[in-house]
Amino acid sequence: MNRIYTEDVSVFYGDNQVLKNVSVSMENNTVTAFIGPSGCGKSTFLRLFNRMNDFIGSFHKTGLVSIDNTDIYKKDINVEDLRKKVGMVFQKPNPFPKTIYENVIYGLRLQNISDKKILDEAVETSLKRAAIWDEVKDKLTKSALELSGGQQQRLCIARTLAVKPTVILMDEPASALDPISTSKIEELIFELKKQYTIAIVTHNMQQAARVSDRTIFFYMGDMVEEGDTKMIFTNPKKELTQQYITGRFG
Amino acid sequence: MEKLFSLNHLKDKAFLITGVISTFFGLVVLAIFLANIMIEGIPRLSLDFFTSLPSRRAENAGILIPLIGTIWIMVLTSLMVIPFGVAAAVYLEEYGAKNKLASFVEINITNLAGVPSIIFGLLALELFVRFLGLGKSLMAGSLTLSLLVLPIIITSTREALKAVPRTIREASYGLGATKLQTIQMQVLPSAAGGIVTGIILAISRAIGETAPLIVIGAMLYITSPPTSPMDDFSTMPIQIFNWLSRPQKGFIVNATAGIVVLLSITFVLNGIAIYLRNRWQKQVKW
Repeated sequence: MNRIYTEDVSVFYGDNQVLKNVSVSMENNTVTAFIGPSGCGKSTFLRLFNRMNDFIGSFHKTGLVSIDNTDIYKKDINVEDLRKKVGMVFQKPNPFPKTIYENVIYGLRLQNISDKKILDEAVETSLKRAAIWDEVKDKLTKSALELSGGQQQRLCIARTLAVKPTVILMDEPASALDPISTSKIEELIFELKKQYTIAIVTHNMQQAARVSDRTIFFYMGDMVEEGDTKMIFTNPKKELTQQYITGRFG
Repeated sequence: MEKLFSLNHLKDKAFLITGVISTFFGLVVLAIFLANIMIEGIPRLSLDFFTSLPSRRAENAGILIPLIGTIWIMVLTSLMVIPFGVAAAVYLEEYGAKNKLASFVEINITNLAGVPSIIFGLLALELFVRFLGLGKSLMAGSLTLSLLVLPIIITSTREALKAVPRTIREASYGLGATKLQTIQMQVLPSAAGGIVTGIILAISRAIGETAPLIVIGAMLYITSPPTSPMDDFSTMPIQIFNWLSRPQKGFIVNATAGIVVLLSITFVLNGIAIYLRNRWQKQVKW
């Protein structure tokens, strides 16, 4: 059973249709990459799964988005609970202007968890899982803004993990980082997929090829092709996909 | 060709000189005025001046009552205007729908900030002094000044809220925060510097206001400092205005000394505001 799937999803910003009848599915414990040129709707699609588009006034959608057999857009859904289950890592590292420790436990504070032992433990496990524990364990009370960009991004991943999500959405998580930091994030994604279902938007074709198991290619709001990453990159079925991955446009 | 070039150069110079003159004209006038006040006022400042009650004899008169009145006004106005101003700004910026009604309200709040203060005084005279029966009390005065500076606080708070980056809000929502949690735990703390700056500037404007207080009838001869919000009162600018209208030279000196005190208070408040703004700008680098 696929944990996540969509059926005939169309998204509009006002009269402007940005996604057209997209039906895809993502398997558990895999990394799915969304690729396509700028403005193709891949980020909008990613943000459907934790309802981040809800903040845009003119947003509306038709069709079904289902996670764990639940229509996440039905009326009685608790959006905050959904966002705990479906974590998100953003394009630009966005730590809060607080200490490293406070950043990691922010999601737990929101749930009014204040037991010091639980919090300490969550900080250590999350930072370890995000492969940044060794670098920050001696300066947990320092401001998160003092960390480098790459460290900040891994801290943001740790912060997301602390809330114990099952799905992680990543919106170009390495696009603002240098190559070394990028490869650290990629290794981390590889490690994380053992426990989480991951969807990642990326502009970087090599990155999609390196980290993902499945790839979905979008073009102008259409889902052009989905399939195993290897297939998409070596033997795509569609001419358009072939042209995009070989860099003939985009 | 040569000639045109030098003509353009000449225009350039002329503009520069005009600019410099325009810039310094106001400053020089202000400096002369300040120097004048200081020379006359500062020698009059003594402990007695701060602790004396009003008197018919200029050399015995002091600013105890208006000074205490101004402090009362500062505290009462802050207590009333800060919660309302910040709450209104948070509502308008974070909750209010972005539609025609919202932009209508927004334009009117901006307009309100430009209404002459004496008009607020007339409104307050009808509403607070007569209709609500508050008389010429501190309460009526503070309510009047609260109305006057409310639009300033709303506008500056909204600017501070607007400056909080979207990425921080998204991070908070992404971790399962509600709107209220995001505002309380991220948006307001991040905007605090800007909000406080706006509040201080608004309060320093409030304590310098004279016209609306005179309209509500605060121009009284009072013999003891106010001890409750319902007491009659006087404030520094009213006292200065009062002294200036006396014919005797001694009272004019008193007035200049009063101006020195009032200016010092506003300068200190504005200084704190500038300090906070600078510190806030330095601290928040996203």
